[in-house]
Amino acid sequence: MITAILTIAGLATLFGLVLGYSAIRFRVEGDPIADQIDAILPQTQCGQCGFGGCRPYAEAIASGEAEINRCPPGGESTMIALAELLGRDPIALDDEAAAEKPKSVAYIVDAECIGCTLCIQACPVDAIMGAAKQLHAVIASECTGCELCLPPCPVECIHMHPIETTPQTWRWPYPAPPAREVANG
Amino acid sequence: MAEPRELSHFHGGLHLDDHKDESNTTPIRDLPLPAHLVLPLQQHIGHVAEPVVAVGDKVNKGQMVARAADYVSAPIHAPTSGTVSAIGRRPVPHPSGLDDLCITLEPDGEDRWDTLPAPITDWRDTEPAELRERIRWAGIVGLGGAAFPTAVKVNTSGQRRIDTLLVNAAECEPYITCDDRLMREQAADIVDGIGILRYIVGAAHCLIGIEDNKPEAAAALRSAIATAGDDAIEVVEVPTLYPSGGERQLIKLLTGHEVPSHGLPAAVGVVCQNVATVAAVADAVLRGRPLIDRVVTATGGGIAQPGNFRVRFGTPAASVIDAAGGRTGAYGRLILGGPMMGFTLHDEQVPITKAGNCLLAPSDEELPPPPAQRPCIRCGECARVCPAQLLPQQLYWQARAQDFDKVQDYHLFDCIECGCCAFVCPAHIPLVHYYRFAKTEIWAQERERDKSDLARRRHEARVARIERLEAERKARLRQKKDALEKNTAADADPKKAAIAAAMQRVAAKKAAQEAASETSDSE
Repeated sequence: MITAILTIAGLATLFGLVLGYSAIRFRVEGDPIADQIDAILPQTQCGQCGFGGCRPYAEAIASGEAEINRCPPGGESTMIALAELLGRDPIALDDEAAAEKPKSVAYIVDAECIGCTLCIQACPVDAIMGAAKQLHAVIASECTGCELCLPPCPVECIHMHPIETTPQTWRWPYPAPPAREVANG
Repeated sequence: MAEPRELSHFHGGLHLDDHKDESNTTPIRDLPLPAHLVLPLQQHIGHVAEPVVAVGDKVNKGQMVARAADYVSAPIHAPTSGTVSAIGRRPVPHPSGLDDLCITLEPDGEDRWDTLPAPITDWRDTEPAELRERIRWAGIVGLGGAAFPTAVKVNTSGQRRIDTLLVNAAECEPYITCDDRLMREQAADIVDGIGILRYIVGAAHCLIGIEDNKPEAAAALRSAIATAGDDAIEVVEVPTLYPSGGERQLIKLLTGHEVPSHGLPAAVGVVCQNVATVAAVADAVLRGRPLIDRVVTATGGGIAQPGNFRVRFGTPAASVIDAAGGRTGAYGRLILGGPMMGFTLHDEQVPITKAGNCLLAPSDEELPPPPAQRPCIRCGECARVCPAQLLPQQLYWQARAQDFDKVQDYHLFDCIECGCCAFVCPAHIPLVHYYRFAKTEIWAQERERDKSDLARRRHEARVARIERLEAERKARLRQKKDALEKNTAADADPKKAAIAAAMQRVAAKKAAQEAASETSDSE
């Protein structure tokens, strides 16, 4: 009887020590799930999900505070990728209309810009160049199309231009499936 | 003549009607200068060339109008003298039918050459790097159709030692005869070019792989080799079997080696070049001439006088068709490339570029419109003919389901889009279309991923910068505050000290007085 109690107690102490040591030695900094979610999000940093950027939204999803359907720039493909990663069921997008907007970049009309620097401060990826009372310009290759620069502009000189498809970025259309299969539904 | 070399085989392949006789009996003809030459800035694989001329500039024939913008890129030269009339978007030969950036040149009819770099006749005493630089300057790209910059392909430093230069003269796709005619008429140039390329890549010997349906071209090459007295070059005739002209297929046929899935031919000690590219190298090195034209086949039942033409880049496809006697019969489609791998042009005014080897106007009997597709019956014919030893049926199912990870597990990117699988498919499924769809989707996803990685890095850098500035501002404030407090302490100190000192003095005085009075009292 005593031997059994001592054995169990001894084992419990041993495992407790091993687990306690591992918890300190192999501690993981940050939240790896949030990192994986962040890697899927499109990084427009637009805040349309209601969070301050892609990283905060990823953390909110990881902690279960937010649904996976609140990223319009990512659209359905991002939602499905998130559903697969997290083992959740795919759900309809929160804002279908916003998700169908074509990808765009901001463009500043030279003649109207007053050089107020407000858009520069709003840009989450530092894609606008300029200085006080100097003409500002958008670096198109860095712009994520988040539209955060539109509201601060006092003269509304920033417009969104849809990104044109070029032969280099063109994609072959999905081939039409066989007629009979379509008929069968 | 040595005994015939023992040939290996590649998997699959098709015996097709070659339709070469329609166009290979007449010599290569020149074209009259067209009214406009439209030079797309992207005529090659790699970075888009950058224009170095402005609208209104007068240029000479052979003058560089756009420079290579990166290592993997190629410059573009003016095919004739004239004036730059526009730089902007124009229709280009591309399956999308979209416009792309082009330089438009209006010929002045003088065809005046620019000052060309000196010919390098003593190339055996020249550094290979200098010869590669000449090839790069000349804007030479693979003229077999892929248009990969040749100077990059022949830079074999840092790779395995090259022992064989393989010259691809197979021209396996039906109807196309531009290489056939070039070999018959310019065999000496090709042999010169082989010498130069062999020296550059350091290959001990050279094999020319040619399909056995071109005996005249093979004979012309053999006689040119005999004249040059170069016994390291061997002409090897291979059986006519599509696609023996695929780079990997030809290497397998001639050397028996299989190029690894993600590797280059250099991994098996081979560099492969098309015959027309080799001739262009000879032109660039021995004559100092940039690549400004190429031989194009105009053929098919819908063309009155099929044949081969030396076409300046930028010439509208329609001008080549006109030179070939125009169309016969009803209006049909015009294909750029061959019947197996080519694509239908959206606009007959698109220019001929470095990659354009053939204009095919088939009659409806030759290339009937594809019958309606039916469901896959899983017969496996496609896998039997696939020269890349893939499983086309699996690729089809995964591409159709848009499962882009799975489709790559089945080695989608080893597919050379030769079209054998679609050709034999009894259900008439446009298999290659599915593969092209999947490839371009995957590339688009990769671009998106790169873009979002860049955005993440920039956003993180911005957040870090704002935090740093905030921390610095706070540190500055704290410093100021500390300094202020210290100052007030320091300012107060002398007064307190003075007061304390005065009080001490007073106390000492009092003590002294008391002591004095005590002594006086005691006296």
